[in-house]
Amino acid sequence: MSTPSPAPPKKAAPAEKTGAKKSAPVTEAKPVRAKPSVGSRIAALTGGTVMRVVLLLIGLFWLLPTAGLLGSSFRDSADIADSGWWSVFSDPGQLTFTNYDALFANDAITDSLMVTIMITVPSTALVVILGALAGYAFAWLDFPGRDWWFLVVVGLLVVPVQVALIPVSKLFNTLGLFETTPGVVLFHTAFGLPFAVFLLRNFFAEIPRELMEAARLDGAGEIRLFTRVVLPLGGPAIASLGIFQFLWVWNDMLVALIFADAGSPPVTVALQQQVRQFGSNIDVLAPGAFISMIIPLAVFFAFQRQFVSGVMAGAVK
Amino acid sequence: MSHASAGGPGTPVSKDPGNPGSSGSSEGPGGPSPSPVRAARGRASLMSTRPWIAAGFLLPALLLLGALVAYPIVYSLYRSFFGASGDGFVGLDNYAEVFSGDRLTAVKNTLVWVIVAPSVATAFGLVFAVLTERVRWGTAFKMVVFMPMAISMLAAGIIFGLVYQQDPDRGVANAVWVGVHDTFTESSAWPGARPRPTSDLAASGGGAFTTKSAAEGSGTTDLPLVGVPPQDVAGAAEAAPAKPAGGSGADGAVTGTVWLDFTKGGGGKPGSIDPKEKALAGVTVEAVKDGEVVASAKTGDDGTYALPKEAEGAKLRLPSSNFAEAYNGVDWLGPSLVTPAIIASYIWMWAGFAMVLIAAGLAGISRELLEAARMDGANEWQVFRKVTVPLLAPVLSVVVVTLMINVLKIFDLVYIIAPSATQSDANVLALELYLSSFGGGANQGVGSAIAVVLLLLVVPVMIINIRRLRRENRR
Repeated sequence: MSTPSPAPPKKAAPAEKTGAKKSAPVTEAKPVRAKPSVGSRIAALTGGTVMRVVLLLIGLFWLLPTAGLLGSSFRDSADIADSGWWSVFSDPGQLTFTNYDALFANDAITDSLMVTIMITVPSTALVVILGALAGYAFAWLDFPGRDWWFLVVVGLLVVPVQVALIPVSKLFNTLGLFETTPGVVLFHTAFGLPFAVFLLRNFFAEIPRELMEAARLDGAGEIRLFTRVVLPLGGPAIASLGIFQFLWVWNDMLVALIFADAGSPPVTVALQQQVRQFGSNIDVLAPGAFISMIIPLAVFFAFQRQFVSGVMAGAVK
Repeated sequence: MSHASAGGPGTPVSKDPGNPGSSGSSEGPGGPSPSPVRAARGRASLMSTRPWIAAGFLLPALLLLGALVAYPIVYSLYRSFFGASGDGFVGLDNYAEVFSGDRLTAVKNTLVWVIVAPSVATAFGLVFAVLTERVRWGTAFKMVVFMPMAISMLAAGIIFGLVYQQDPDRGVANAVWVGVHDTFTESSAWPGARPRPTSDLAASGGGAFTTKSAAEGSGTTDLPLVGVPPQDVAGAAEAAPAKPAGGSGADGAVTGTVWLDFTKGGGGKPGSIDPKEKALAGVTVEAVKDGEVVASAKTGDDGTYALPKEAEGAKLRLPSSNFAEAYNGVDWLGPSLVTPAIIASYIWMWAGFAMVLIAAGLAGISRELLEAARMDGANEWQVFRKVTVPLLAPVLSVVVVTLMINVLKIFDLVYIIAPSATQSDANVLALELYLSSFGGGANQGVGSAIAVVLLLLVVPVMIINIRRLRRENRR
């Protein structure tokens, strides 16, 4: 339909229509622009309802697996062995915190959460700091071979972590970093850097040149320029990067499996060790997995916008 | 919605010319801004620095990148030509090993993953993005579908381990599957039950049992069965002898009892309905004359059945449907389905990623173009097929390529979901690398060869990225 005033009619039409009687939409079709719209409107209306129902079902379907984990985590092992998690709907009495009580009393799990934090926070901070320094240099400093170096960094963007597992484990062995938390942190930092440098260089390069030159004329040196102008202006990109890196490191299992101390592993590895006897210990796995998900989910919901722009910039990583 | 409008004022990221996320024609209305890099090169006076300052800014990052990302590439390449222990040069033997024997499964599965997972996830994302565009709670929907991206593959693996549990009473996938299956096929009443060997019933093929002698009219024919586990009949009523149809006005009818001819704790006479022996309810009894079913009835709670007069002289048959084993669902994590099942869990995680990128691309398509197509008489499907999809092509290709690179690295999901019995059927290259080099295999030669293969697979994308960047910079 062609509309002289584009936005309002499009939005308002479905709302009015669903309220009105569906039986005789023809009568209310305004003669002004009745020609193309009557039939298509009816189609849009019925199609719209079907579409909404379908979307709703897909949404529920998408939630179902997570609901299963949540439901299972609140049932004791006897109930889990006896029936499916969906029986909580018919018998809510079986919901219990026993699993969570046991989980928090389990030192291995609580310690592993601490280890995860000890790995994630430094990795994120390091990536942001080193990435910002390099991003600034690539965006604003003039030095020989700058573009060439940046191309190298962009090339490294898609290198799979698997390539580094064997060589770095050898390297860390000689350096005494194998199976230590600093080793894991360094590994995550290195593999976060190509994306960090790429993202921040592109963002910093958008800072108006006049601003930089004005600061320079005021006598600001490189360090001042970086800390007083570039970093504050780079806030949104730094936030995106930080969230992305945080989630990536928090959720990692493979790197930790190889480089972390198997005696005090982060939570993903601690849970993975439990998976071996799957089926018999869902009462440990389900609440454990749920606890490990809470922080990433909280970050996701709190910083959705930054997460999304990080994802968009990170496409092809 | 923040998803669709990400890249708004606060986030110039996605509009940046050097960003692969927004390639070519899908660029926002602003178009590519002149690259400051080139400008800086033009008049470097004000921003030029002494090289050692630049080095100070760059060195930490470049050192780490060099030692932990770039050097490993070189080392892996070198190491892949040496044997398990690392001393003997073996030429291309490690590569040959990757492409032969059990490891070939990993290669094949990786191929299946790379082809199927990205395209299906992108297709889902496209459909979701288009559908949610016009729904008011589209934001909530997007959040639900996008959410799995924030959780770890380990958590997703545990989640889907639960979903795919074999027992239909525990795994939701089989619960649904069996539910659907059982609404279309009748479930059997007493799986495993069979006649007492001494009774009149004999196997008549196909799992059914038929009496040897014909039923007497107005008489009772009791049908004793055994082979039902006692706990299955714990709640059943005690068997009652059927009353011969006499004065009830149903002359000539055939009646009888079907019961479990077994007295718990011993005692009881075979073939007779002893006290405490349990009735078998819900058993279908057919009267068969010359191979044709003339009447059929189901036993009641007390085990009795009553067939009409037509059954007189017929043989009684207990059809096999009474005894078929309960349908136990699909073996999702068995050898043949394990890879598709794990791919499904990946799609659950990543369809949201495709959806969000495509939705952003969709927001950039001019409404006028779509309206013009509709004005020209195109229906919604044609608009989608002939206008929307072609305009989205650059975004779609970025999504597919990104997912392909991501899929090459897939490890956690397979490692967690596949049970050890079918791990080799679900194997992929990234997992095989781990298994052969760290998980007990200790063959770092083969591991390095796999690493090189994975790297070679991403080289084309690497080149595309670099080319695009150089083009942007030259502009």
